[in-house]
Amino acid sequence: MPKRDDLKTILIVGAGPIVIGQACEFDYSGTQACKALKEEGYRVVLVNSNPATIMTDPEFADRTYVEPITPEVVEKIIAAERPDALLPTVGGQTGLNLALALAERGALERYGVELIGASVEAIRKAEDRDLFKEIMTSIGLDLPRSGWATTDLAAMEVMKRVGLPAIVRPSRTLGGTGGGIAETPREFAEVVRWGLASSPISQVLIEESIAGWKEFELEVMRDRADNVVIICSIENFDPMGVHTGDSITVAPAQTLTDKEYQIMRQAALAIIRAIGVDTGGSNIQFAVHPRTGRLVVIEMNPRVSRSSALASKATGFPIAKIAAKLAVGYTLDEIPNDITRETPASFEPTIDYVVTKIPRFTFEKFRQAKDVLGPQMKSVGEAMAIGRTFRESLQKAIRSLEVDRYGFEPEGSEALSRADLEAKLRTPNARRLWYLGDAYRRGLTTEEVSALTGIDPWFLENVRRIIAEEDGIAADSGPLDAGRLRAWKRMGFSDRRLAELRGESEAEIRARRVALGVRAVYKTVDTCGAEFAAHTPYLYSTYEGEDESGLLGARGKRKVMILGGGPNRIGQGIEFDYCCVHAAFALREDGFETLMVNCNPETVSTDYDTSDKLFFEPLTLEDVLEIVHRENPEGVIVQFGGQTPLKLAVPLEQAGVKILGTSPDSIDRAEDRERFEQVLAKLDLLRPVNGLARSAAEAVAVAERIGYPVLVRPSYVLGGRAMEIVYRREDLERYMREAVRVSPEHPVLIDDFLEEAIEVDVDAVADGEDVVVGGVMEHIERAGVHSGDSACSLPPKSIPAAVQDEIRRQTVALARELGVVGLMNVQFAVKESVVYILEVNPRASRTVPFVSKATGRPLAKIAARVMVGRKLRALGVTGEIIPKHVSVKEAVFPFLKFPGVDTLLGPEMKSTGEVMGIDGSFGMSFAKAQIGAGTVLPLSGTVFVSVLDADKPATVAIARRLAACGFSLLATDGTAAHLRRAGLRVERVNKVREGSPHIVDALESGAIALVINTPEGAAASLDSFSIRRTALERQLPYFTTVAGAEAAAEGIEMLQRGALSVRALQDYHSAASPGSSV
Amino acid sequence: MSGARPAILALADGTVFRGGSFGAEGETAGEVVFNTSMTGYQEILTDPSYRGQLVCMTYTEIGNVGINPEDVESRRPFVDGFIVREYWAEPSNWRSRESLGDYLARCGIVGIGGIDTRALVRRLRTSGAQTGVISTADLDAERLVRKAREHPTLVGRDLVREVTCAAPYDWHQGLWKLDGGYQTVADAGRFVVAYDYGIKWNILRNLASAGCRVRVVPAATPAEDVLDMRPDGVFLSNGPGDPDAVDYAIDNVAKLVGKKPLLGICLGHQILGLALGGKTYNLKFGHHGGNQPVMDLTTRKVEITAQNHGFAVDVDSLKGLAELTHVNLNDRTVEGLRVPAQRAFSVQYHPEASPGPHDANYLFQRFMLLIDTGEM
Repeated sequence: MPKRDDLKTILIVGAGPIVIGQACEFDYSGTQACKALKEEGYRVVLVNSNPATIMTDPEFADRTYVEPITPEVVEKIIAAERPDALLPTVGGQTGLNLALALAERGALERYGVELIGASVEAIRKAEDRDLFKEIMTSIGLDLPRSGWATTDLAAMEVMKRVGLPAIVRPSRTLGGTGGGIAETPREFAEVVRWGLASSPISQVLIEESIAGWKEFELEVMRDRADNVVIICSIENFDPMGVHTGDSITVAPAQTLTDKEYQIMRQAALAIIRAIGVDTGGSNIQFAVHPRTGRLVVIEMNPRVSRSSALASKATGFPIAKIAAKLAVGYTLDEIPNDITRETPASFEPTIDYVVTKIPRFTFEKFRQAKDVLGPQMKSVGEAMAIGRTFRESLQKAIRSLEVDRYGFEPEGSEALSRADLEAKLRTPNARRLWYLGDAYRRGLTTEEVSALTGIDPWFLENVRRIIAEEDGIAADSGPLDAGRLRAWKRMGFSDRRLAELRGESEAEIRARRVALGVRAVYKTVDTCGAEFAAHTPYLYSTYEGEDESGLLGARGKRKVMILGGGPNRIGQGIEFDYCCVHAAFALREDGFETLMVNCNPETVSTDYDTSDKLFFEPLTLEDVLEIVHRENPEGVIVQFGGQTPLKLAVPLEQAGVKILGTSPDSIDRAEDRERFEQVLAKLDLLRPVNGLARSAAEAVAVAERIGYPVLVRPSYVLGGRAMEIVYRREDLERYMREAVRVSPEHPVLIDDFLEEAIEVDVDAVADGEDVVVGGVMEHIERAGVHSGDSACSLPPKSIPAAVQDEIRRQTVALARELGVVGLMNVQFAVKESVVYILEVNPRASRTVPFVSKATGRPLAKIAARVMVGRKLRALGVTGEIIPKHVSVKEAVFPFLKFPGVDTLLGPEMKSTGEVMGIDGSFGMSFAKAQIGAGTVLPLSGTVFVSVLDADKPATVAIARRLAACGFSLLATDGTAAHLRRAGLRVERVNKVREGSPHIVDALESGAIALVINTPEGAAASLDSFSIRRTALERQLPYFTTVAGAEAAAEGIEMLQRGALSVRALQDYHSAASPGSSV
Repeated sequence: MSGARPAILALADGTVFRGGSFGAEGETAGEVVFNTSMTGYQEILTDPSYRGQLVCMTYTEIGNVGINPEDVESRRPFVDGFIVREYWAEPSNWRSRESLGDYLARCGIVGIGGIDTRALVRRLRTSGAQTGVISTADLDAERLVRKAREHPTLVGRDLVREVTCAAPYDWHQGLWKLDGGYQTVADAGRFVVAYDYGIKWNILRNLASAGCRVRVVPAATPAEDVLDMRPDGVFLSNGPGDPDAVDYAIDNVAKLVGKKPLLGICLGHQILGLALGGKTYNLKFGHHGGNQPVMDLTTRKVEITAQNHGFAVDVDSLKGLAELTHVNLNDRTVEGLRVPAQRAFSVQYHPEASPGPHDANYLFQRFMLLIDTGEM
């Protein structure tokens, strides 16, 4: 069937901000869908509040709305653009929920919008667990015993039938938020209460626990002629009980015979048909009993999912792109397979390698959170690796994770008792993989380890064999020969791990390996096991005979390699992938052959058509040098992928690799404290008074010299890790004792903390001569909140023009002095109109995509061009673009996923993603950003205020504005008194410790519409913690800084004044841009 | 394969792969083919159609699920050699009873592991199927290449006589179920005689479960003897090698056409094509795997099929003789034909799967319909 020509305009819904459970895989899928539909000649309208996405680049859609993804707002977009159809299946759960909400409010019918990809009915059948169960039973499929409940009492009834242990899953939450396993009746009651609170419809599903069963996933696609194919099978290394997003997963399935696999395949076909997903992809999860083979259906996602992204990268089959084409009426046999060109998409990919994905966790960011994995997803990113065997792919995946692991290094459990080690194995946790290694070193058998972990013996035997090989490597004392070395490399051992095991240096191992000619070769991911010729150069390394990379790619073109950012984590996310993708696009447009290196399967950068050659490889020195050896590019771009590639700049340069753009020496001048002092002295620029301490005593001395409060951080970690603001000597001593390991090699940095200073971020691009400021952003939250966690406004909201100009002058001076070629980000603090420099990073920053969306100027593309020798002037990039509209960026936090964690902001970054609000005024843009981030600013009701003494004067004005807007005020004792003295009418409420009825009771009863609560110092009292936590769990808007509250008041005023309106990015840009030629 | 005894695979074109031995030791020669199925090595090993061939699995980890007593397609393995990237000797599956290596050793089948199987596949893809030798006995590469060159190709060889049953037998086993294994099917109303050119048992299981009493007969059984059995339908099975070489089968089938409802699968399909007056030819490297897209031209639906053949029916040679019913979407080769007037149809692929997807098992129902009503 050909494509439908009754459709002209199609609305695509993005997934919004990056949150746990919904990461950049939906930028990947949305971008593919946009490209596919535009390619087919449709007019594409896109809505997504996340500015750091490629899909929101204005060229990917005809009309791009960076607006909150709420039914109200999207209905306005529908009214303005009158799309014929809405594709909700490439925007994650957000897309599906929005489609359902639009259908429920009648908006689709009102404007004659057809849902394509999945109907409301199919979405309901898949999402409503009761209905799903009914349908599965009707087609003869087995499920775990279950029942659902909307009250505690009903839950107990269900428990009697289902038995314990039982799993509790709240309805309609992302990534299983609020779920848990209960082993005892008491635990059960607790988990149910939490689950009911998390569910937007107060409903939980209680299921027979099938923890310990083998877990599988199938990626299925169907077209409107009812052709169904399986794209990929995935087997979880971690058995049932750990959310699949938190599990190590392997493709293809490893431990099923064909008979068993075909039963699962038949079931998947029956399910997608019964649910009625007419076109597109679905992800179906199954569990298999390890001893009887009983197969039960777990769930189905009637849309492109995280697993679909993984399956796409694992097989080379572009699921989202094909799903988009199927949605407009094509059938699978009408769509060519891009990779082979000659065969159609109606086939099942076969792979001749093993893919391993390992999730990346950041428990260290949330000190109160327990490192225990369960049905609620907690990982923030993932790394994928490809090898010819599981052992090779597993070891490659480990070093792709960037957790300072290069293999199965001991986890240090020698000191643990056997019982403690067994507990580490029994309870899933982020380090369990390495505890497995320890268990084998201690002599546990596979049978024992399997009994403790439930992990299939096949996976465990592979780990055991790696550990056994390590013993052999360590015992082997003779000179290395090519045969043994090759055998080890084929098992995936890194040079670094081999070096550790043999007591040599990594450089020595590498030199010997190179001398022996043991080098990596590159094989193609081609969907067909080499049955057909592949045209897309998607490659991975292995140690075998034949190299295929030389056969692919363009000849005679200048070659540039771009290093990606690796797994997502807090502090390094999609923003850096965005920059890498832009570099690839710009250089390809300019006729270069681009080589992309990355190991994050969620990203656009690892799409096979983003670059000319994709190397799906770990970002370690070894792996990058091997590619350089094979490809010999003229230079490497390290400044776009964040810290991961930046760390490689110096070692790569030392190995003779040309680093494009700003030189590693200049980067070092900006990062090395002493050298940077010299730069500042030369330019006569200010930074906060600071010092270095190599012991606790020295730290106290430095702090007393500077004067409290001070900002302390270890010198050897980046991204705000373990950074703290210290107000008193006791706190400093505690910090030195508990938070850092100080030594002469690893001193602690101590800075004067500029209280109440306004922070400013500037992004600029320079070509070694000229410097152009990309954007000046004023942070909303005051100094002390990590720049990644602070909201910001472009252009600045309150900074006087003269100060802004001074900031620009300093930016230009720094860029010139450092010889920046490419991007640079500077963080300033402004206090009493004095400008201080906090940090200079001569590389891409987290704000580059935001600035690009706000100004319409593609900074990363410009920077890439400059780095290969072009000049800003020649590119027509001269003056700064200062838009008339206001863009506000707001951070999005994962607190809800971590029970017991405080929501306070500080110098350590905690946000996972960001949204952008764009409008004519600061207030409205801020309000949009809040809505986009899930905080719906109320227009009426009661505001609860409880602030620090220091914040009380500033709070009066905010309270007055809110009162003028018609809000009633409620405050705890001190705050109430202060506000009353200012002449405001305030009702008083008990603090928790003053007894019921207290503020938490009021929050839980739903009497409060907005919370303003500023905490005292670093150590928040239990009282204010319970307020913030309750507000979070009740999903009430809450502000923990005065500046945030003030911005909220302004937003509320704007929202009251007039309804929120929508406008496409293309309209903003045509009004703002002077017509840059880039 | 460190630790394993060295083994060499040498191809007629001079390419040599050095790896490690598993399974039996010794020397073996045959046509080297690759199979792209990611599951089902046990069924592949026991498929008599692989007689005369050295099979290379494109998936790399082989041996994971071991060997069990159920997943067999005939009385013993028929491949002449097995080639894998990584042999795994510690199986994990609740039905496994034995490791793959032990099984092959027990059955005298030479295996080689640890070689760059992808390079081998690319070689076969570009230069076509060719003969090869696996040896653990002789490690002189040049000599092995010579032996590979001297070994006959499949063209013109009758391998069917080497794999067909010695005497007729009745079949009662139905399809496998997860809970309960194979079912025994009580005698049903229809009676089908199945020519064994190297028949896969799952075809027989499908026929039994579809409601047939099945009698399996040796490949050379005269058509007259079959007609004397008064079957309701006759089935022409899969099997190894070149269809042109089994002239006796072609002659017998020509006598059956029009007399009884006929279904042919794989070699049976080619034999039917030849019996109807068509021609067959040797494909460059054949179709072996479980992911081949085939379109049923009557319904326009695509089915994902299991395939295993090196020869194919020439579409042009069928003009005026038979109707094309199924076509391979990868290379547009003939996948199915029918002659409604003669109540005969056949497919090149394997609706019985095993291994592979079950998309096409409706064809057994189509055969039942043909037997019952004469309609198709």
